[in-house]
This record gives sequence, C-alpha cells and structure tokens, in this order.
Amino acid sequence: MVKRITAALALGLAMGWATTATAQETLKIGVILPYSGPFADAANQLQAGIDLYIAEHGGEVAGRKIELIKKDTGGPAADAAQRAAQELVVRDQVDILAGFALTPEALGAAPVATEANVPMVVMNAATSIVTERSPNIVRTSVTIPQLNYAFGKWAAEEAGVKQAYTLVADYGPGHDAEASFAKGFTEAGGEILGSDRTPVANPDFSAYVQRVRDANPEAVYIFVPGGAQPAAIGKALVDRGLAPPDVKILAQGELTHPEALESMGETARGVITTFHYTLERDDPLNKAYVDGYMAANNGRKPDLFSIGGYDGMHLIYEALKATNGDSSAEAFVEAAKGMAWDSPRGPVMIDPETRDIVQTVYIREVQEVDGELQNVIIHSIPEVKDPLHGAN
Amino acid sequence: MIGNIAIVLFDGFAFGMLLFVLSVGLSVTLGLMNFINLAHGAFGMIGGYVTVLAMRQFGVPFLLTLPAAFLIAALVSVFFERTLFRRLYRAGELNQVLFTIGLVFVATAVATYFFGTGQQPIVLPSWLRGSVEIAGLRLGVYRIFLIAIALVIVALVYFGLEQTRMGAQIRASVDNQRVAQGLGLDVERIFAVTFALGSGLAGLGGALAIEIVGLDPSFGFHFLVYVLIVVAVGGLGSVAGSFVGAALLGIGDVAGKYFVPEIGSFLIYLLLVGILLVRPLGLFGKR
Repeated sequence: MVKRITAALALGLAMGWATTATAQETLKIGVILPYSGPFADAANQLQAGIDLYIAEHGGEVAGRKIELIKKDTGGPAADAAQRAAQELVVRDQVDILAGFALTPEALGAAPVATEANVPMVVMNAATSIVTERSPNIVRTSVTIPQLNYAFGKWAAEEAGVKQAYTLVADYGPGHDAEASFAKGFTEAGGEILGSDRTPVANPDFSAYVQRVRDANPEAVYIFVPGGAQPAAIGKALVDRGLAPPDVKILAQGELTHPEALESMGETARGVITTFHYTLERDDPLNKAYVDGYMAANNGRKPDLFSIGGYDGMHLIYEALKATNGDSSAEAFVEAAKGMAWDSPRGPVMIDPETRDIVQTVYIREVQEVDGELQNVIIHSIPEVKDPLHGAN
Repeated sequence: MIGNIAIVLFDGFAFGMLLFVLSVGLSVTLGLMNFINLAHGAFGMIGGYVTVLAMRQFGVPFLLTLPAAFLIAALVSVFFERTLFRRLYRAGELNQVLFTIGLVFVATAVATYFFGTGQQPIVLPSWLRGSVEIAGLRLGVYRIFLIAIALVIVALVYFGLEQTRMGAQIRASVDNQRVAQGLGLDVERIFAVTFALGSGLAGLGGALAIEIVGLDPSFGFHFLVYVLIVVAVGGLGSVAGSFVGAALLGIGDVAGKYFVPEIGSFLIYLLLVGILLVRPLGLFGKR
C-alpha cells in the first residue's frame, strides 16, 4: 500500500516536474482586452498590432516560445479585468500580463500584477495614474495629459490662439484632457471661455455645438472617444459654421482618425489635432509598418491601438532578450526601465522613474495631399513626459 | 435668443424624426401583434449595412440605396418571421424578450464576422451636406431631408392603415383574430406583411442613421433604449403616438442638453417617467 502511494506520489512529482520544465520554455502572455462589446474594435486593432509584431519577429524570443492567452472583459469593467487577471495568473500561470485598452481594465488588473509579482505591459489605457498603481506596470501607449498639456501650450504660444471653449466626453479620460489642455493653455496666457461635457455615448451633438457657437470663441477644443462620435461631432461643428478658418478646431487625434476623416470628407479640412502616432508620417520604419499591417488586415489601416500593441510586444521581446529569458517582475521591469527604441511612431523611451513612455508629440493639420485629406504634421515636440507624474 | 430656440427646436425635431423612422415599425408590430421584438434594431442594422455595401461595392447613389435598405430588411425579416418569430406569437412575454434579445447578439456576431468591428462611414452626395441659411437660421441640409422623409412616412403609414383595404384587414386581425379568421381573412399572411413593413421601416431608419450616428455591429443595442422610450411614450400601436413621442424625445434631448448641459442627458428619462406617471399607456395608447 505504502509502496503504491509512494509510486503515485513519485509519478505525480515527475509529471509536475515535466510541466514546469515545459513552462520554462514557453512564455505565456495573458492578454486582457475588451474583445466584445462597444470597444471590440479597439481590442481588435490592438490585437492586430500584437500579431503583426509576432509575425514579423518570430514566435520565439530568448529561447522561449511565445504563447498568447486571451481574456475578454466586454468593456470598461475593472472587476472583469481583475477576474481575468486572477484566472490568468492562477490557472494559466502566465508570465506576463498585457493588453488593457481601457483605464478601468488596467486599474482592475494592477493589484493582481503586484500581488502575483508578474510584469504588466499596458498597451493603451491612457489615464495618467495607471502606472502608479503597481510597480510592475510598464506603459507603451500614451497618456492624455502628455498629449494635451503640450498641445495647450502650443496653441497659445505658437498658434496665437487667445481664447478657447472646451468640449469633452464626460468620463475620466475626457476630464483629464479638459484639465491638461486648459492647464497648458492658460499657463501660456490663453483664456478658457467655457467648458461643457457630453455624455460618453452621445448620439447627437447639435445642442452642445450650439452652445459653443453662442460663446463665439476663437477656437474650440474637443475630446471624444474613437468610434462613431468623431465624425458626428465634426459634422455638427461644420453644419453650424464652426469651422476653420473662422473658428479653429483643436482636438486629440481620435477626431481625425482614418474612418472619421473619410466620413467627414471636405469638412475636416484645417482641423488641428495632437497625437503620438500619425499614419502618414514620412519615415521608412513607419511605411514598412503600415504596409505590413494593411497586408495582414485586409487593407485596414493601423491606429493608436495598433501601435500600442506593436510597441508593447517590442518591449516584451527586447526586455526578455536583455534578461536572457527571465520574466520575473524584478528583472523584466529593470530591463524595461530606460529602454529606448525607434518605433514606427518615432523615437520612444521608457522613463526609468515612472515606467511610462516618453515620446514625440505631433501636432497635425488636416490638409489635402495628392487629392486625399490627411493629417499633416505641422509641429513636433520631442521627448514629452507625462506632466502629472510626481505632481501629486 | 429666439434664433437659438428655433435652432434647438429644429435640431431636436430632426433627431426626433430619425428616432421616429427607427421606432415606428416596432410600435406597429408591438401594438398590433402584441409581439415584443427587441431585435427591431437589428433589422435597422441590416438596412444600414445594405446602404454601406451598395454605395461602396457597387457605387449606387445614396438615394437609391434607401429603397434597397427597406426592401432587404423587410425580406430578411419575413424569412425569420416565417421560420422563427411565428413560433413565439403565443409564447409568454419573457420568452419573446429572451428570444429576440438573443437574436440581437447573433446579429451583432454575424455583422462582426462579415464587416469587422469598425465604423462604416459613407460619403453623402454633396447636395445633402452642409447647411443652408433660411430666415437668418443655419439649418443642416441633411436634417431637413430627414424631416421630409419622416413626414412622407407618417403620411404613407397613416393613409395605409386608415384608408386601404390592407390597413382595414390589419386592424381587424388585431382587434379580434378569431373573428377575422372566421370572416375569411388570412391572419397569418397579414401578420407577416405587417412584420415585414415594420422591419423595412427599421431598415430605412438604419440607413438614414449612418450619417448622424454612424454604423457598427453594436447598432442593434445602441438604439434599443431610445426606440423603446419612443414606443412607451407614444403608446403601443399608434403611429401618431410614435410621431409625437419621437418629436418630444428629440426636442427634449437637444433642448435639455442645450439649456442645462449638466443634467441634459438625463432629462429625457425624467420626461419619460413624468409622461408615464400621468398616462401609463403612453400619450396615444389605447390598451
């Protein structure tokens, strides 16, 4: 009897050993994204960025085979993301958590990353505080204050705008955008005439745009999430004569992403946006990236989500190369700190202090190039850090 | 100030008319057939994708795609009515709700499979874009167009139900199915036709909505709340009710957001609660 039990135990141990041995070889990355629901498109674009990087650089790094395990959150749900992260860590024993299109997802998973001590690569979620929620978080996307503080300053200093009205979506990122644009703008001598907030799922903007028109500002600053809203608000503005050159339209880059531009057509001409990634930026690295992406995705163009996923995978690959395949949080995060590389979006660096991305902020204007409306870069501000980190 | 109020009224009315086209079909099927079809928005989505496909793939002008959106949404709905929906005419309300909401999930998945998750932009002909100045007011051309179409539909549906033989048959079948059948009316066929017309109108609404609110696979869910509010406020089965309800909702929404933007988006729900407290059957509801 005892012999039998010993034999069974030995067998069990051996099997356990065997699985740990293979686990050493494969590197499991748990990807948490809103694959279904209203943000499914963001998740798909981000995933396509991840897939493209793996396809280009091979499914193996530092002797470890990459395996992705995907978990769906269905939308901005912190609890769903936390549950997904727990399952990934406990049941699937992933080595790295990645993805996170939306801030609530990142906030939900952050405590799990700390507790389980796994590295967490945030590939989109753009609220400033995200990286402060766990020492294991590294972000490869962008922060909203990073873009808009610099943009506000630029608008007052270089574009000569004296007064503006702000119109933002009524949720965390919108509030961040409103505050950081206003801060940069007023510090540089501009004046905010008024500010309104629109519901996140707002189907019709006519009322808000009419309020802006009543205030008769020199410029209007807009932040809306991607999807259907950019085109809707753009058209509402132009329908009321709030259009360049009479009134300057300033916005974060979502407003003039490719689909919105197509839908707005002529009316988008002259809109000025701030963004970290510009599809048309003339650069061989970017061109190869865009071509590869479109070839792999039926002609669909990459966007901000795609580049976040692509660079996120780059970070994972390079960090693992530096640590010789060691994916423990300490080694991984240490390797990621200060890492700099040339991304299709331009030169980027991971800030060693905040583990957040430092990058060039581009200011673009919609102009006609070869008969097509595009975001043309009119100004670049290099090496911009998030202005809020360390401030509170 | 007067000018601002006029603009707000106009914008609200135009948005209301879009809601009217989307919801009148549901009001008819819900009121006349007592069938709770939460998949109504999915038929709207079919119309939207028909327009997008026709314009992109075959270069059909926007105006011509509208009848196609109506027809194809109607045809698809007849197919499902014959194969699926009719089995549930006599089922409990919960079954109908669960079944049709499930259908919306299926429709969302199918649309994602074929068209991807992205927004589907269309480019309107130039005469429908921009705005015109009438009596010092700047009015969006497309919004004027929406109002015109909605008014034509009101007239057609109203005339059709009240003045034609088919309309009389529909009303008779609804009032008393058994007697109508006894008098030799083919009630099943009449219901199928009514269902098709309602879904066709949703398809038309979906096509018209692309320019204002966009189109993606979640369309069927997106408008469900608005559509249900219109139907509840207007009263089941009443075309006039849907019209007034949609106009009130549109104007209330836009005016609320304009005058009190802090609580603007909440105002329509307040309006809904207020109206239903006073008239639990809706403004024009009969039973």
